[in-house]
Amino acid sequence: MKQNRQYTLLIIPALIISAAFFLLPMAKLVWLSLAEQHGISYWYILTKPMYLKSLWSTFLLSAVVTIASLVIATIVGLFLTRHEFKGKSILVAMLSFPLVFPGVVIGFFVIMLAGRQGLFAELGLALTGDRWTLAYSISGLFIGYLYFSIPRVVLTVMGAAEKLDHNLMEAGRSLGANRWQLLRDVTLPALTPGLISSGSICFATSMGAFGTAFTLATNLNVLPMTIYTEFTLNANFAMAAALSLILGFITWLCLTIARRQGGSSLGMGG
Amino acid sequence: MKKGMYFYLQLAFTLLVCAFLIVPIFMSITAGLTNNYFVGVKSGLTLRWVEQVWRMYADTIWLTMGIALVTTLVNLCIGVPCAYYLARTRSKLSAFLDECLTLPIAIPGMAIALGLISVYGGISEFRMSWLFILVGHVIFTLPFMVKSVLAVLQSINFRVLEEGAASLGASFWQRFFHVIVPNCKTGIVSGVLMTLTLSAGEFNLTWMLHTPLTKTLPVGLADSYASMRLEVSSAYTLIFLGMILPLLIAAQWLNRKPKRMA
Repeated sequence: MKQNRQYTLLIIPALIISAAFFLLPMAKLVWLSLAEQHGISYWYILTKPMYLKSLWSTFLLSAVVTIASLVIATIVGLFLTRHEFKGKSILVAMLSFPLVFPGVVIGFFVIMLAGRQGLFAELGLALTGDRWTLAYSISGLFIGYLYFSIPRVVLTVMGAAEKLDHNLMEAGRSLGANRWQLLRDVTLPALTPGLISSGSICFATSMGAFGTAFTLATNLNVLPMTIYTEFTLNANFAMAAALSLILGFITWLCLTIARRQGGSSLGMGG
Repeated sequence: MKKGMYFYLQLAFTLLVCAFLIVPIFMSITAGLTNNYFVGVKSGLTLRWVEQVWRMYADTIWLTMGIALVTTLVNLCIGVPCAYYLARTRSKLSAFLDECLTLPIAIPGMAIALGLISVYGGISEFRMSWLFILVGHVIFTLPFMVKSVLAVLQSINFRVLEEGAASLGASFWQRFFHVIVPNCKTGIVSGVLMTLTLSAGEFNLTWMLHTPLTKTLPVGLADSYASMRLEVSSAYTLIFLGMILPLLIAAQWLNRKPKRMA
């Protein structure tokens, strides 16, 4: 079939590039992580407190950020879909900008908000006479991760809420359900797939966020920073490879869950 | 609908969240234009920080633009045909290829960068040149281009259009360039905007791949955040925002247009 051969030609360039510059490097990474003393790096990750702690704290931080942004974004998203007011479209447009800001810039924004000369510091000085500096601790990371997570969930919630069946709401209301019952029994179940998918994308992005952590240079060793230190300071390629494969596996798993729920993977920043 | 207490509570909360997202942007814009941020705006507005950034980092700005443009060009040449192939064929193989091409979205930039360094780091000619960063950016942004074109192709009935053209005697390449490409123009444009924005702001990969001679804007930004005074960092951020905001606004405008026509 001549037709088929021509179609196949079209994918060859993309195939060559992704094989040479993605699949091959990934395979090499797997090989490197296993080659040194039969994959002793993986054993170290499971047994040495330093790596285990980094893995756990990144996991916990990402989980807390995900839950917080789901709650915040559901409130905001539902409000923005249900009410019309002046300037709403500008507000929505501005909400979506942070989606593509690189992690370093978000880190800088956290410094602007909560750094030594930041907004919170001024606020704290005025209110209590103390400068509130959160930027360089775990709360700084939390603020930064929230910054890139909220827009993603808000947009998903808005998309899902627009498709909500108003008849169901009316039916519920006529049966005497109050505001909270409606939210619990009608709205939230309808939003659940969107929340699961955007939540897992948030979680994946937070796990892999390097730029924000790098800019804030906190004492907290999140996983991407641990990988970076292993690679640059300790020149331990096998360990860096093993850690980044574990990280890659976790984020891949999250995005697969997201795709199962029908979510589109809107760029990963951070 | 009567606006009760809950309405105002939610409005206040929404505005607070929006402020959280927007205020830092304005803060860094003003800080970049203020003489002395510690004193405040009353110390006067100035462009000298922007000029200083331009003197110190102009090369990073040019390199970023160059890499973003070439990445887009490469994505156009390989991504559009690839999306067409994936839309056209539905086999196990194409599902697998689809999976492989999307995988870079799911893998953190650091892992991709480490892999690239482990395979190609030894070829110093390649390692030292901007092409090394280009390769990373293409791998990272290609899935977005493919997905965006694929989405449009799946929403139109391109087979009917193609059959029509074929029955009129159009060859395969004629059909591709004169029927398929014009019909997925919106997908291509949004893919281009996405690629430009992502490439211009890419840090996680680029930080690992860059050399002192191949610094891109986000790498320079990280540099200035670590070592420069706040005003310089802000002015630099201001330039970066000036570069990507037009792209974001264009993307917004593009997404809205079909709704208006409908």
